[in-house]
Amino acid sequence: MELNDLYRDVILDHNRRPRNFGMLDAADATVEGFNPMCGDRLTVRLKMAGEAIADIRFEGQGCAISTASASLMTEAVKGRTRGEALDLFDRVHQLLTDDAASSDELGKLAALSGVREFPARVKCASLCWHTLVTALKSPDAGALPAVSTE
Amino acid sequence: MKNMALAVEPRFDVDSVRRDFPVLARIINGKPLVYLDNGASGQRPNFVIDAVDDYERHHHANIHRGVHTLSQEATELYEAARDRVVRFVNARSRHEIIFVRGTTEAINLVAQSYARPVLKSGDEVLISYLEHHANIVPWQLVCEQTGAKLVVVPMDEHGEVHFDAAIALMNERTRVFACTHVSNALGTVLPVKRLIAAAKSRGIVTLIDGAQAVPHMPVDVQDLGCDFYAFSGHKLFGPTGIGILYGVESLLERMPPWQGGGDMILAVTFAKTTYNALPYKFEAGTPNISGAIGLGAAVAYLEGLDLRGAHAHEHALLDYATASLGKIEDLRIVGTAKDKASLVSFVVKGIHPHDLGTILDEDAIAIRTGHHCAMPVMDFFKLPATARASFSFYNTFGEIDRLCAAVQRARSMFA
Repeated sequence: MELNDLYRDVILDHNRRPRNFGMLDAADATVEGFNPMCGDRLTVRLKMAGEAIADIRFEGQGCAISTASASLMTEAVKGRTRGEALDLFDRVHQLLTDDAASSDELGKLAALSGVREFPARVKCASLCWHTLVTALKSPDAGALPAVSTE
Repeated sequence: MKNMALAVEPRFDVDSVRRDFPVLARIINGKPLVYLDNGASGQRPNFVIDAVDDYERHHHANIHRGVHTLSQEATELYEAARDRVVRFVNARSRHEIIFVRGTTEAINLVAQSYARPVLKSGDEVLISYLEHHANIVPWQLVCEQTGAKLVVVPMDEHGEVHFDAAIALMNERTRVFACTHVSNALGTVLPVKRLIAAAKSRGIVTLIDGAQAVPHMPVDVQDLGCDFYAFSGHKLFGPTGIGILYGVESLLERMPPWQGGGDMILAVTFAKTTYNALPYKFEAGTPNISGAIGLGAAVAYLEGLDLRGAHAHEHALLDYATASLGKIEDLRIVGTAKDKASLVSFVVKGIHPHDLGTILDEDAIAIRTGHHCAMPVMDFFKLPATARASFSFYNTFGEIDRLCAAVQRARSMFA
């Protein structure tokens, strides 16, 4: 376990200056994610253009891993289609849990690979992704019940 | 010369006490463990480990049943543990000490077996703002079941619950006053003795959650005057899954059993069951025998210590930690009550407590980070979580120095 592997520069940077952070007016889907174990809370809002994610923003409070993961996620999926974003979720989920997972072509998201060495922190990194998937699977539902990591 | 030596104040020998706790010799990530999560669970001395081991190897059988040697030995050990606890908290008799799974179960037992039959719609249950979820949710459940109302004594920005604020909320509708002795989230010591007396004079039944108090101060239930007192074995350096409910005998006598089963009966027919006497009425089924024996051993171990010296040492640790952490820039101590037990809750600007917890763990420093099962307290301070360093008599000033150095390291990492 190397601390520098968890808190890579990319993670620290996105924690300090989260991208796509704040309110998104007239969102097509709003989903709240909650990690009851640690109290992390975040809201993901999506604006769709057909099958494509036209805009995405998040807000809430959480640790550096949770905040950076959400920030990196919004950058990675903006402009992608629903199917591409769901595929990306699978890749990131593997990256967070499977030692053999490859981070090829994941770009900056590869910075999250250090998290798998810290099992207590995997939920911090995956909360935003579970929240996004819920939003993507029912984008017409407006405000949906909160997603929980439990 | 002898007299001169006697005149010297005996110093609590922390090095010698540390040797009683094998886990304190552990190396984690190449560094000696600094265990500052005693509020969540205390560590076990050899004395407890050996007592449980001896029971498991040589004396185990079911209790209160067989006429054979092992069953008699197991029964004797189990009941001797109860007697130790009777003395430890100064209960009037062994009828008043009930073995339960822990503080949570003790409070649920009182809520369901004492409060539920007496509460009526419009009655009130009074708790304080500082309660652990275990002293909130059981009362919410019984209030839902009976139509009673849960009323909460407010606290101030130091994390203190004031006597006057509490008695202002005690009225003719108040049936139960349930209150923590020491706040697990902030360390505040509540003025429980005065509060109990005030409640008692108004005919209100009192329950004290003593989970965080018994490891840090002498507790005398008769002197406190409470009707119920609950605590857990594992925070008192005993095993998990065992705890104590103390209750005044006349109240326990009137209460119906909480769970039915074996051991809590005298005679069963399909028409009617005659319940067993106290304390067995509340101990249905085969209990956690080894846990009870371990808890008895923990009490015996503590009685063998210089407890006054141990408590004084803990207070010195608290003062030192408060001063040392207080010097760190951007660090804020949450909970600044005048009377505190040995724990410090804090937040560091720009670093979420969970990140701090992970960074400290790399330095082999174990602290608790999160909401401490006291979400209302966190909401009060508008914080999602805090970091909490909670000390025991086996901690040292050097360990607090290491805590402070690690917090500084985290600050430079996140700067």
